[in-house]
Amino acid sequence: MYRIRFHGRGGQGMKTAGRMLGSAFFLEGFEVQDAPRYGAERRGAPIFSYVRASRRNIQERGIIRRPDLIVVADDTLAAIPAAGVLSGATAHSVLLISSNRPAETWRERLNFPGPVLTLPAPAEGDFQATKFTGAACVGAAARLTGVISRNSLTQAVRTELAHLGEAVLAKNLDAALQAYDLMAEHAGCVTEATESPAEEYEKPAWIDLPFDEARVAAPAIFAPATSEQVPTGLWRTVRPVIDYEHCKRCAWICSSLCPDGVISLSEEGFPVIDYEHCKGCLICMSSCPSHAIRAVPEEEAAGEMSGGGR
Amino acid sequence: MTRTLLTGNGAAAWGVRLAGVDYVPAFPITPQTEIIETISLWIDAGEMDCRMVTLESEHSMLTAAGAAAAAGVRVFTATSSQGLLYAMEMLYTVAGWRAPFVLVNVSRGLSAPITLEPDHNDILAARDSGFLQIHAATCQEVLDSVIMAYRLAEDRRVRLPVIVNLDGFYLSFTREPVTLPEAAAVKRFVGPFNPENLRFRASQPVSQAVAVLGGSPYSYFRYEMHLAALNGLRVFDEISDEFARDFGRRYDAVEAYRADDAEFVFVMIGSFATKAVDAVDRLRDAGRRLGLVRPRLLRPFPEARLRELLLGKKGAAVIDQNISMGKGGVLFAELASALYGQKDAPTLTSFIGGLGGRDISLEEFYEMAAVTRQAAQTGQAPPPRLLYTEDELREMRKLQAVAQAERHRLGGNTA
Repeated sequence: MYRIRFHGRGGQGMKTAGRMLGSAFFLEGFEVQDAPRYGAERRGAPIFSYVRASRRNIQERGIIRRPDLIVVADDTLAAIPAAGVLSGATAHSVLLISSNRPAETWRERLNFPGPVLTLPAPAEGDFQATKFTGAACVGAAARLTGVISRNSLTQAVRTELAHLGEAVLAKNLDAALQAYDLMAEHAGCVTEATESPAEEYEKPAWIDLPFDEARVAAPAIFAPATSEQVPTGLWRTVRPVIDYEHCKRCAWICSSLCPDGVISLSEEGFPVIDYEHCKGCLICMSSCPSHAIRAVPEEEAAGEMSGGGR
Repeated sequence: MTRTLLTGNGAAAWGVRLAGVDYVPAFPITPQTEIIETISLWIDAGEMDCRMVTLESEHSMLTAAGAAAAAGVRVFTATSSQGLLYAMEMLYTVAGWRAPFVLVNVSRGLSAPITLEPDHNDILAARDSGFLQIHAATCQEVLDSVIMAYRLAEDRRVRLPVIVNLDGFYLSFTREPVTLPEAAAVKRFVGPFNPENLRFRASQPVSQAVAVLGGSPYSYFRYEMHLAALNGLRVFDEISDEFARDFGRRYDAVEAYRADDAEFVFVMIGSFATKAVDAVDRLRDAGRRLGLVRPRLLRPFPEARLRELLLGKKGAAVIDQNISMGKGGVLFAELASALYGQKDAPTLTSFIGGLGGRDISLEEFYEMAAVTRQAAQTGQAPPPRLLYTEDELREMRKLQAVAQAERHRLGGNTA
């Protein structure tokens, strides 16, 4: 059985990527299972989807523990442990990462046990091109398995994206086929792992759960501090930037409307945004009476230091 | 007949479309919403001749469903988790009206803490409501069960509403190959809804909300519901025979996979049972005689069939994806009561796992088989096992350490 996992961010089309690859396998006569997995449905939050394909009926279900191929559509996810990109990787697993850094860099940085390949990512700031990363990942993944024809890939992309209209479909198809051709030399490098027999299983390390008193065991959270450990700023695609020349210091407005409580006051009474946790919802921008907050795409803003931050 | 990739939600919607439903009262909730979205798109496109109404809550939605069914039209509705619980008062009420319709529940763990992922505490809370329950394990089974559920609900020997249950995520959002039966064949199979005395006529009011004081008439009505539910066993068998004849897919009240010559079996409901099938195959390859027994029908409870399948086995590992606080697994208790006092009853072991979508790994299935084998050998069943590993507790302790530090910093209860 082929076991393939796609990692990306909400809005990058990972669910659709799983479906396109699933359909392509299905057209090749495989039994297929594909599914997305996410928590709170939100643009920018890490999500993954997975595809199983086999010549036999598929009884396995749920998350893929030992992937044959891990596809990463957004290389910034590699820095987020909670995204679980590397989960269950073995020497048999292939990592395909959409990135403009060389494969060698990722192999070292991630200490990945198996082969690492990169798929050229869109130039920084090219937001038009990032829309097609999902399709490109599918095209590349299809070629890496070596069992999906160009024709099946084309038909799968057409089936899954028909509702988007011919123009969008054509661009996605282009991206998919380009990536498919690009991976020609690696065709077939992703293979089905050998199944381990039931005699040799590793015993689960079950424990007898100890009793904890309710003051520990009740699911209470201590907002907003509990969120501090999670750098939710990584979800952001657009950053609110405060223009202090025009800020009238009516900071009770933006700071109290911020749903994440990430706007604090400086000693001079100016609002300061904590970019480690700002999710980029831009409610502060739309509520600022003096229009002193603007939205800057994250790639562009990364260099700028204006707008505070800690 | 088309074979295509469908999610469990898509399969449910197809079942509704093919069954020729007239009326769908709706209210959204994750992970069910895709079902009513799909149906509403079809109605909009003129592909489905049906009326959909959005209600302001699940409580009203169930009331509308029961009322419409009591007026003699074919009704479908769907919900999940908190929605099912919010509608609970009306679940019991409309079942008492003896108004037949089909409700799909997409299982999702209950709050608190809140989650999106599945377990069976939501559907089991409806266990005693008078709704019959069919539990699906694959997307194909979801579609076929919805079709069969209309036959079961509308049969004059039953006439009770039916819930078809599917697991959130593992079925609801998971695409699998599904064969779409021919519309005409389904139409023939389901037939027209014969509402008998259920009707709505101007100037001829009928009250469903009858009051009875003194226990005797009340008992009569409740006992009659029970007898109708029990009739469901025989009726379901007939329907599944007919379904197998017409569509070539067989759905017995209890799925028995490689159970005939098995020494030990897994017993569980829902989509993770396919993982048990996988484990059974692999254990068989390793020379172990394992099987799977999966009640598809949970209400009525197919007691006689379960006895047939289980008596004479050495052991049965009952896997509950639910927990009754202060008791344990609900399925375990149900099965134990069915086997109590029976000769050659197997040693039963109890495992609780898969809560809130937690995975149950292949290795855990192997270990459950090993524990059950050991229990049968010694004649001594261990206490129920709450599936939880060292690693999981370590991760939990890390989160608690963070919470503790924060409590400290915020000057709260630091003890």
